[in-house]
Amino acid sequence: MKYDVEVKINLKKGMLNPEAATIQRALALLDYRVENTDTMKTIKFSLDGSSENSARENVDEMCQRLLCNPVIHDYEIKITPIE
Amino acid sequence: MKVGIIRFPGSNCDRDVFHALELAGTEPDYIWWNQRDLSDFEALVIPGGFSYGDYLRAGAIAAITPVIEGIKESVKENKPVLGICNGAQILAEVGLVPGVFTVNQNAKFICKWTELKVKTVRTPFTSMYKKNEVIKMPIAHAEGRYFTENIEKLHENDQIVLSFESENPNGSTEAITGVCDEEGLVCAVMPHPERASESILGSDDGLKFFKGIVNY
Repeated sequence: MKYDVEVKINLKKGMLNPEAATIQRALALLDYRVENTDTMKTIKFSLDGSSENSARENVDEMCQRLLCNPVIHDYEIKITPIE
Repeated sequence: MKVGIIRFPGSNCDRDVFHALELAGTEPDYIWWNQRDLSDFEALVIPGGFSYGDYLRAGAIAAITPVIEGIKESVKENKPVLGICNGAQILAEVGLVPGVFTVNQNAKFICKWTELKVKTVRTPFTSMYKKNEVIKMPIAHAEGRYFTENIEKLHENDQIVLSFESENPNGSTEAITGVCDEEGLVCAVMPHPERASESILGSDDGLKFFKGIVNY
């Protein structure tokens, strides 16, 4: 079975996000007043797996070993079977 | 004394470190990222640069290369390991030192001379300084803001190596810009001792980082 995977990586709650702060200040320069600006990274790929669960376990391991730094990141995994 | 300098695609301070290690009286040699056996070397330095283009996070991809296994072996054999700038980010990503060096508070690349306090002299690299001595070395990084979930542990175990004096340019926790492992043999510093290894460069305060390896 083939699955489409989307990993969304964001900074843990309370972590300073200088990129988001800069974007918010830049928007203010254009007179757009916004609050709670945040940025996150999305990584997409597809992979084979015997089941959705085993695919998810596989992707979780990827997050722990490379895609995220557990000290500062939270992540969400979205798995969709490819028809 | 043979000291290995680890090279990744994108390392760019390797030759400066080579020069500083020669000045310190060691016999440096380069090691490529795919070499696993580092048993020929008595100490290792991971120089600065932009390994793998800083893709994903600074140091993240270098942290999973074969040479890291060799570094871990060397650490087990109590050989000193120094990571400078990108080298420090790599050691943090590997988990050989606690915490992480992440995006500067002002989101800018900062390149400037800084005053630093030597917080511990128990590492080989800081063994020739006096505790709390203030030295001058430059920084050059965009991802150097030190963050750790457990600052108390660093204090308890004497793992803070360097901190910024009189300013905190990148917003690091407690202005920390150098940490070591519990044994004090793996040392990760954001400032560049090799760029302060001769007075013609503006300071030779950093040379003792490399001389300390010989002394150890």
